[in-house]
Amino acid sequence: MLKAFAALLVCQLAGEALHRTFSLWVPGPVIGMLILGLVLSRKPSAVPEPFVSAARVLLQYLGLFFVPAGVGVIANLNLIGREWIPMLVALVGSTFLSLLVTAYVMHRMCSPSRVAVVALTPPDGKEVELS
Amino acid sequence: MNTGAMHDVWVQLTATPLFGLTLTILSYSIAQAIQRACRGAALTNPILISIVVIGGVLDLTGIPYKTYFASAQLIHFLLGPATVALAVPLVRNLADLKRDLPGIAVALTAGSVVSAIAGIALVEICGGSRVAALSMAPKAVTTPIAIEVTQTVGGIPSLAAVLAIASGVLVAISIQSLLRRAKITDWRAFGLAAGTVGSGIGAAHAISLHERAGAFAALAIGLNGLLTALLVPILVHFWPYFKI
Repeated sequence: MLKAFAALLVCQLAGEALHRTFSLWVPGPVIGMLILGLVLSRKPSAVPEPFVSAARVLLQYLGLFFVPAGVGVIANLNLIGREWIPMLVALVGSTFLSLLVTAYVMHRMCSPSRVAVVALTPPDGKEVELS
Repeated sequence: MNTGAMHDVWVQLTATPLFGLTLTILSYSIAQAIQRACRGAALTNPILISIVVIGGVLDLTGIPYKTYFASAQLIHFLLGPATVALAVPLVRNLADLKRDLPGIAVALTAGSVVSAIAGIALVEICGGSRVAALSMAPKAVTTPIAIEVTQTVGGIPSLAAVLAIASGVLVAISIQSLLRRAKITDWRAFGLAAGTVGSGIGAAHAISLHERAGAFAALAIGLNGLLTALLVPILVHFWPYFKI
């Protein structure tokens, strides 16, 4: 699994280098994701096991990794200041609206026959409901 | 030992990674326990609880956010490799993603346009300033892109970062009940919406529920980043022409 971690870091480093060299607006890690995706997609059905394990470990804690930056929201609440009412209305309103629009269009455009199957069978076999 | 010496030890410790790591991991594991005890109730999202708990601790102890962030840098760093690792669920679900590509393209564009227009319009309708509206426009995308786009259009970058993260947390706590009410039970739609609107935090939530949803969210982060960076500057350029 150490090799897979090393490969993840190499991809991130390459992404970061491309980001800086060409002043791209896409962040280095997102470019790294595309690089790794291109490499692995040559054989999509056989992603090497170490990559699957490394990704499982990291993605299981993806939420944790957002916490240090997230605490910055509390530290910077003063930025919102006097305009908190319009900001709050716009934040909640536009988030809810665009969630519904994205999900509804996707739901409508995808083959409905497979929807029920997809909805309730996660990979671990446990039934998870959207509740 | 006198209180002066104890204070010195405290100041020294808060400057080491040990302090940031302990506080963050401890808060997150307590938050996860609370989430389990409440049977996954939406408001018990572990990211939200941890942010509130750590914010409270910093406030009580008077430790500046900068000190905490420097001390928790190791955890923040792991966001990079974890983002790269999103390629794995993406590739494993490549066949599904390819089949649904037309749907993904249309839904993502619709969601992205609605997010930017509704963000700007609602701030202006409620009497907010133009700078606030411009900082609101790119909030659906991943934070670094939101910061760059905001700089381009003349908003406040640090405010855009706050809004991007707040919108991600909002997505994580609201998406399940919203989609259930709209009777949308498809994991592909769930994942795509979570990634398009909530970016990384949305994807973290999606992947904690279902790998396929995580794959659609991962793709949405990348594509919406590109789309918003092109779209928001154009939208802002033409906005004065169709102002109400």
